[in-house]
Amino acid sequence: MDKFEKLTGIAAPLPLVNIDTDMIIPKQFLKTIKRSGLGVNLFDEMRYDRQGNEIEDFVLNKPQYRETEILVAGDNFGCGSSREHAPWALKDFGIKAVISTSFADIFFNNCFKNGILPIVLPQEAVDTLMKDAEKGSNARMVVDLEEQTVTTSDGESFSFEVDPFKKHCLLNGLDDIGLSLEKVSSIDSYEEKASQARPWV
Amino acid sequence: MSPKTLYDKIWDAHVVHEDTDGTCLLYIDRHLVHEVTSPQAFEGLRMAGRKVRAPEKTIAVPDHNVPTTAGRENPDNMTEDSRIQVAALDKNAKEFGIHYYPVTDVRQGIVHIVGPEQGWTLPGMTVVCGDSHTATHGAFGALAHGIGTSEVEHVLATQTLIQKKSKNMKVEITGKLLPGVTAKDIVLRIIAETGTAGGTGYVIEYCGEAIRDLSMEGRMTICNMAIEGGARAGLIAPDETTFEYVKGRPHAPKGAQWEAALNWWKTLYSDDDAHFDKVLTIEGESIEPTVTWGTSPEDALPISALVPAPEDFKGGKVDAVRRSLDYMGLTPGQKLSDIEVDTVFIGSCTNGRIEDLRAAAAVLKGKKVKDGMRAMVVPGSGLVRAQAEEEGLADIFKEAGFEWRLAGCSMCLAMNPDQLAENERCASTSNRNFEGRQGYKGRTHLVSPAMAAAAAITGKLTDVREMM
Repeated sequence: MDKFEKLTGIAAPLPLVNIDTDMIIPKQFLKTIKRSGLGVNLFDEMRYDRQGNEIEDFVLNKPQYRETEILVAGDNFGCGSSREHAPWALKDFGIKAVISTSFADIFFNNCFKNGILPIVLPQEAVDTLMKDAEKGSNARMVVDLEEQTVTTSDGESFSFEVDPFKKHCLLNGLDDIGLSLEKVSSIDSYEEKASQARPWV
Repeated sequence: MSPKTLYDKIWDAHVVHEDTDGTCLLYIDRHLVHEVTSPQAFEGLRMAGRKVRAPEKTIAVPDHNVPTTAGRENPDNMTEDSRIQVAALDKNAKEFGIHYYPVTDVRQGIVHIVGPEQGWTLPGMTVVCGDSHTATHGAFGALAHGIGTSEVEHVLATQTLIQKKSKNMKVEITGKLLPGVTAKDIVLRIIAETGTAGGTGYVIEYCGEAIRDLSMEGRMTICNMAIEGGARAGLIAPDETTFEYVKGRPHAPKGAQWEAALNWWKTLYSDDDAHFDKVLTIEGESIEPTVTWGTSPEDALPISALVPAPEDFKGGKVDAVRRSLDYMGLTPGQKLSDIEVDTVFIGSCTNGRIEDLRAAAAVLKGKKVKDGMRAMVVPGSGLVRAQAEEEGLADIFKEAGFEWRLAGCSMCLAMNPDQLAENERCASTSNRNFEGRQGYKGRTHLVSPAMAAAAAITGKLTDVREMM
C-alpha cells in the first residue's frame, strides 16, 4: 500500500447526507474480479445520464473539480453495502481523503485498507470546509495526517482524531496481513485453547 | 467480576491478542464467502503465496450475481461477467479446499440463509462475510458483521480480524405485537427512530418480550437490518427457541459435544447490571405495519401515515428528503396507502425464509395479483424452495400470478437481470431502498412479506390487516 503523504489538493463539496455505497459505485460495476479501473464509474448514476454523457452540474464533472483529491461530504457517508469497490473507485479516481461529520463503520474501515483517510469533524468545521471546497481549483486544502490537521485555503486549521494504529499503518503504507502474521504464535495458541474449550466450533 | 453484556462475553472469548491501545486481533469462527466480494481476496492470497488458514471454517456459495431463472446450471445461460465471477468462486473453492455449495446443489442459496440452515452458524461464534447483511447471524447470539474485501483476505490468511471493540447499545421491544405486525415492521420502526447512523459505533442487543416471542426466522429479519441502523452487529441472546432451531442441523454439534455446547450457550446473556452506553425502548403495541417512502431505510412510517414534507425535517435531511421525494415521485401529504405499485418482490436475506413465504402465501391464497402486476418470489435457498413446494406454497404463488424463481439475491440488489426499469415502483421485502438499488431510477418501498402480498393483490401499498 502507498504511504499517506501530506496532501495539498482540490476539495470538492458533496453536501448530501447518507451517501450510500450504491451511489458511490452502483452494483453493475461489482462484476469485476479486479480492484482497478473503477474510477471512471465513481458516482456513476449521479455523474452520467443513461446514454453515458456527463451530467454537467454534478460536481466532479465541473472543470474546476476534475482533479479532486479530497471530498467534503454530508453526514453518514458510505452507508449501506460493504463493497470495497467504493473505496477502490474513490482511490482510482484520485481521491485520497474524505471529510464528513460521520461515516458508516464498514466503509470507514475499508478506506484505511486502501490508503484513503476518512476524517471525522464536527458540523461547524465541516460547514467551513464545505464553503472552502466550493471555491474549486482556485483553492487548495491541506490534509496533514502526521499533525492530524485539515487546513482551508485561508489558513484556518481543524484538528481531527485518528486511531493511532490506523494512522501508523497509513503513514507507513503497512499491510495488515503481514502485521497480523507476525502474531501467528498467538493465533496458534488461541486455536489450541479454543479447541479444548469449544471443540464443536 | 464486573457484569458483562452478551457482546462483552462473546468478544472476550475471541480475543487472540490485545495491544496497549485496545486494538485487538479477534478470532473468527466462521467465514462465509460469496462470488462478488471474494475474487480479489483470493487473488491477493495467490500473489503473496499464502494459504487459507482454516479452510474447514470457511464456507462459499454463489448468490449475489447468479440468475434465478431455470437452466442456470448451464454457464451459457449466465451473462459473461456473472459466469466469470461464478467460475472464479468455483476455482477458488477447489484450489483452497473450502466448503462449497455450487448452483447445482439444492443447498445453494443466499449465504445468510444457507449458514443458519446448515448449522454453520451457532451461538457464541464470531461470523464474518464480505457482505453487510452478515448481521443476520446475530439472531443466534453470534457476533456477526460484514467486512470489506481486504478484510476477507485478512481472515482467509489469518482466521482473525484487527478490531477495536464497539460500544454496547440495547434496543428493547416491550410487550406483545398487534396482529398483522411482524419482525420486519419492528426493525423498520427501530431504524425510523434511530436513523441510519444511530447505531454507528455500537453493537445492538435486541431484547424484550416481543423479541423473545419471535421465531428464529423473525429474529434473523431483525438482526439482518441492524446494519441499516448503522450498527456493526445486532445480537439476540440465545434461548430455547435458538437451541431448538439449531439442534440436528448438519453442522450442529451432536451427542456429548451438543451437551457441552449447550452448557456454554446458556451462559450467553447480558448480566442484570451490565452497562449499555445507549438504550432505546419501544412499546410493542405501538408498532404498526410499516413501509418506507424515501430512499433511506430510516424513511419509514406506519402504513396509515402520510408522505412527509421536507420542512418536517432538520439540517441536511431537508435537502435529502426533497431529493428523495423527487426520486420517488411522491407528494407531501399523499396517503401512503394510495401509492400504486407495479412490481412486487418477495425474497432476500431479510425475508426469503420459509416463514416469510408462508406469511405471504396466507394472504395470497385463492387470490390473484392485480392485472399488469409483475410479481416475483425468490426463495432464499434451494431447501426453502423445496419445502415451499412440498407445503403447497409454490402453487399458491403461481396460481396468484407470481413467478416462482430459483434461489439467490436477485432483485434485492439487482446485479443479475432481475431489475426494475426506470420509474417502476416496487413493494419489496428486501432491505435497502437506496436510489438505483433495484434498478436505475427504480423506486423501492420496503415492506414485510404479508404487506408485499397485499400490495400485489390491490396494486397499491395496503394495510394487510384489512385483508386478514
